[in-house]
Amino acid sequence: MAGLVIIGIILFMLIAAPLITSYNPDTQNLNAILLSPSAHHWLGTDQEGRDTFSRLLYGGRTDLRIAFIAVLFPFALGTVLGSVAGYFGGWVDMLIMRLVDIVVAFPFFVLIIALVFVLGPGERSIYIAITLVGWVSYARIVRGEILVAKRQEYVLAAQSGGLSSMRIMARHLLPNVITQAIIYAMSDIVQDILAIVTLSYLGLGIQPPAPDWGTMISDGQNFLTTHWQLTTIPGLAVVVTGLGLSLIGDGLADLMRPGQS
Amino acid sequence: MGRMTFVYRRLLLLIPTVLGVTIITFFMIHLIPGDPARTILGIHATPRAVAILHREWGLDRPLASQYWLFMDRLVHGNLGTSLYYGVSVSSLITSHLPATIWLICYAAVLGIVISVPLAMIAASRKDAVRDHVVRVVPLLGLGMPAFWLALILQTEFAVRFRLFPVTGYGTGFLGHLHSMFLPALTVAVALCPVVIRSLRASMLNVLGAEFVTTARAKGVPAPRLFVRHVLRNAVIPAVTVLGINIGFLIGGTVIVESVFAVDGVGYLMINSIFQRDFPVVQGVALVFGIMVVLVNLLTDVAYATLDPRVRFDR
Repeated sequence: MAGLVIIGIILFMLIAAPLITSYNPDTQNLNAILLSPSAHHWLGTDQEGRDTFSRLLYGGRTDLRIAFIAVLFPFALGTVLGSVAGYFGGWVDMLIMRLVDIVVAFPFFVLIIALVFVLGPGERSIYIAITLVGWVSYARIVRGEILVAKRQEYVLAAQSGGLSSMRIMARHLLPNVITQAIIYAMSDIVQDILAIVTLSYLGLGIQPPAPDWGTMISDGQNFLTTHWQLTTIPGLAVVVTGLGLSLIGDGLADLMRPGQS
Repeated sequence: MGRMTFVYRRLLLLIPTVLGVTIITFFMIHLIPGDPARTILGIHATPRAVAILHREWGLDRPLASQYWLFMDRLVHGNLGTSLYYGVSVSSLITSHLPATIWLICYAAVLGIVISVPLAMIAASRKDAVRDHVVRVVPLLGLGMPAFWLALILQTEFAVRFRLFPVTGYGTGFLGHLHSMFLPALTVAVALCPVVIRSLRASMLNVLGAEFVTTARAKGVPAPRLFVRHVLRNAVIPAVTVLGINIGFLIGGTVIVESVFAVDGVGYLMINSIFQRDFPVVQGVALVFGIMVVLVNLLTDVAYATLDPRVRFDR
């Protein structure tokens, strides 16, 4: 699908970055600041003489890498907690759902920003903050799926066969239940990219000189009227990446629900 | 179950949630690595200043009594004192709240104004070109960083074309409408994806319903059909979708306020983060949390009021 094409192109460019551009994204060249796009520098240079195009590529590597990794922890945590809540029900369920309500009560960004502030800026804090805040959606989805799935016959058969709860959950329920979570994960990656970029824009995320789309946008702010490409291009990169990932997510969702649209 | 019982039940469930919100907010200070007082004061960390903070926050006491102190103050409306401004956090928050509430309401209205027609266009002819075009819009919006859009709107419409003030809240009602248009638009665009999607889905549902077929058979002309029947039934879900996503809405205002320097609670929070003014950050997080919980409650109640099936299904 179109999404796969877009993401494929993006990923290829990012991985092949060292081959495409000969510039080191961190090298400053104060003799060549704020150049317009040219044959030498495809997207021009920024205020410290760094090549914009290579910063874009390397920044993309950083942002996407972090986003993809950052999705895994909430996914794992949320799936486990959601399964436990859905399968066992009772007070375990109530406890976990109350926890969900509490975390959900805070606006996503507010909590992330506050957490990163408290933990200190940087990559590790991003992972921790996103995990602590992001697990709830997965928990809800998985719990919902399990509530339905556990009434199926194969589960009753496994239970009467004397299999332990853990085994039933892990080997029988989970594979059938995980598709919804995976679909959600696609849109979650987009949200994580946005969060990372926003944090970096505020100076709370990826620290300079590591290239990153958010810092590029923030750096380019001062030159918006003269060199708008410094701020616009990284933002466009985020939008296009988001579009590609969302399309993939939608495509997956359509695949999993035959006959509906 | 009647409506009031439903409301009481929801209120009851509210209590542990609110308590939880306070616990998390209280606990944030303990996530700070090292001695919170020293870390927060940074270069101003004289032994005397550290000791004062220790005493004020009760950091030398056991955890439970710290929480008790925190809650005791909270109940009396005391959220602590700002390290930067020296005034009470609650007074800071109350003075900044109007701008934020303005922004939220304005954005919600703009969001509905944009989403409803688009969703109608999409739903009116499913899978046609216009449907696909409208469906792409949310996908673009989902991936768009709010602050980036804010910067672009600001540069183009405020700086370049001078249609709107670049920053600020404005004075007077019309001043607010004018100054806050771009910020509200930015937040609304961030909202649209979700609202358009669910509106379109619920409109498609309604369009397939029996009463619509009946109306068509009766010969009700299409536009009238749409407005009187489909729209009415579809707007309710739109409002509730907005309500459910209020957390997202409020979060969006934080960044947008900073870009447009609108003197709201979000701007206060971001500035306080950079000024390392922890009591304010904590206070704002708490206020946001409680706001979201309250709005969710209102949304639930509104939904139950407007859609009787919700109450009786329980």
